[in-house]
Amino acid sequence: MKKPRLAVWKFSSCDGCQLSLLDCEDELLDVAGAVEIAYFLEASSATGKGPYDLTLVEGSITTPHDAERIHQIRRDSKFLVTIGACATTGGIQALRNFASVGDFVSAVYAHPDFISTLRTSTAIADHVHVDFELQGCPINKAQLLEVVGALLAGRRPNVPAYSVCVECKRAGVPCVMVSKGVACLGPVTHAGCGALCPLYARGCFGCFGPKEQPNTGSLAAHWVALGADETQLLRAFRGINANAPAFRKEATFHE
Amino acid sequence: MSETKTIRTDYLARVEGEGGMVVRMRDGEVTEVKLRIYEPPRFFEAFLRGRLFTEAPDITARICGICPVAYQMAACLAMESLCGVEVDGQLRTLRRLLYCGEWIESHTLHVYMLHAPDFLGVASAVELAQTSPELVERALRLKKIGNEVMRVVGGREVHPINVRVGGWYKTPSKTQLEALVPDLEWALEQSKETVRLVATLDFPKLEMDPELVALDAGGEYPIDHGERLISSRGLDIPIAEFYDHVVEEHVEHSNALHARLRERGSYLVGPCARYALHRELLSPQARAAADEVGLEPLVRNPFRSIVVRAVELVHACEEALRLIAAYEEPAAPAIEVTPRAGWGHGASEAPRGVLYHRYRLDDAGTILDAKIVPPTSQNQKSIEEDLFAFVSTHASLPDEELRLRCEQAIRNYDPCISCATHFLTLDVERT
Repeated sequence: MKKPRLAVWKFSSCDGCQLSLLDCEDELLDVAGAVEIAYFLEASSATGKGPYDLTLVEGSITTPHDAERIHQIRRDSKFLVTIGACATTGGIQALRNFASVGDFVSAVYAHPDFISTLRTSTAIADHVHVDFELQGCPINKAQLLEVVGALLAGRRPNVPAYSVCVECKRAGVPCVMVSKGVACLGPVTHAGCGALCPLYARGCFGCFGPKEQPNTGSLAAHWVALGADETQLLRAFRGINANAPAFRKEATFHE
Repeated sequence: MSETKTIRTDYLARVEGEGGMVVRMRDGEVTEVKLRIYEPPRFFEAFLRGRLFTEAPDITARICGICPVAYQMAACLAMESLCGVEVDGQLRTLRRLLYCGEWIESHTLHVYMLHAPDFLGVASAVELAQTSPELVERALRLKKIGNEVMRVVGGREVHPINVRVGGWYKTPSKTQLEALVPDLEWALEQSKETVRLVATLDFPKLEMDPELVALDAGGEYPIDHGERLISSRGLDIPIAEFYDHVVEEHVEHSNALHARLRERGSYLVGPCARYALHRELLSPQARAAADEVGLEPLVRNPFRSIVVRAVELVHACEEALRLIAAYEEPAAPAIEVTPRAGWGHGASEAPRGVLYHRYRLDDAGTILDAKIVPPTSQNQKSIEEDLFAFVSTHASLPDEELRLRCEQAIRNYDPCISCATHFLTLDVERT
């Protein structure tokens, strides 16, 4: 039987989510045995043309050229999965989307004409149909293997959309907000990290983006009760996943 | 009629980020060399403005998924120096240990998975696994051990969450670190094997003589910090004077600023520079490994940088073991840092070379201005000079061979293009 063909693409990003695939040290050679790695520029200089059975896309759309390029990749791909916060929500570079007019005017360049960039950083799904979105900055590599395995086996990936709170309870970590009064985005943030920050005595800062149907307003009120001010709330929701609709909307209430 | 020729790679493989290269020749003479960097800029320096000083480590980590610790350290050091705090003792031991983990991971990735395929004539480590599975298995385990150090100390390998201005959120126990020792001892032996292996590779001929620049960390091999910047030609400045001596230039073919030393020109940062300037500070086994394979104190052939990287891999493993042996869990995970208005400077040695951060804060700790100079933007000119020299002396090679060797010459620098293009303030093309 012909092996399924895998492609990995990079847009505007830090390379960390692609690296997560190479960081699957125990599984990498098995993955490489199960699929044909047809296009993965960070790892191989051999490049194969489409069509691809599974395409992983890292990074957000920030240039006119990339806004075109993603359409060809979509046409060449049977399944298209976004990996990470940049591809799924626009990433930290989407903070440009909220820059004020004053920032534009004061922008200083040696040669602005050399640079080609869009005003916004947007998610892949704002441009083409996406079959599955894997959240996280960076993604969890076990979840990546689950998604790749599931799609190749023709089943739905098992990636729960509940909050970090559930992971805290499962790990037996006392709630940092209740026990220490530490502001935490855990109640509105998508699970996947394994409650990492609370395990390290720190409040979640939302790097996995919003959970399904987050009640951000209620959490914001709770933060205020803990002593947070509007600036702190604005910075919290306008962070790594600033352009995710739920966080984007909540942030506007604290501008 | 003159004969012109262009050697071109549009999409460089096995580098971090997006770049390409163009070499133009006329009648066998090189007329133009360009390392093209079209990775889209992400404007970190622009959106750091208005953020709180404590957010800088988590935000700047996102510049690079391969060397996030380098960014976190430089950001912390800059904020701490500005606020008059020094993180020392066991808290610093942990920082250096975390950084050793990043060096082990990053150097292994580059030596085995990005660079070695060039020397061995394969497209990737996966292809290499078909003929030399034992090499790839060794590489993956070495890499995993580096990642494990980062996971235990920093919480995770890509974008660690445990680093903060002033220290840590939670310090590991001595037992947790001691559990890493057997793996690190294995890694130390295998990194020495790595030195022996890469020393036997076939190195294309090239002799370069760039000014070598590295941090000076006062008596130890520079990794996690350095107060001064020194060079092979007498530069010796406090890092606060970085911009008095380094100029950044915006050129059309690159979305990363080209750095050069004022009135001196291009310079080189990274393993070869650190090794040349601080060889005597390497750990005993790293120095012995270099001696065993006869590695010259001054490596002038950029293709031999892979050997230096392997020697540094030995150093990182041995240093990690030393740090773990000396570790006692501190009473508090962090020192309190109270913000104040002013300018702060911080620098560390990313696996690819010197990384410099400068911030200005107001008295509430809000970032008013940020400047970040990553290693790859400093090395761009050296890379282009290497390409020029290499093609000039190897013009008779068949085109395809020449193109492959040029790509290999770029990979000598382990370029991190995602890092290099973080810069610039915001500009807008309205659509």
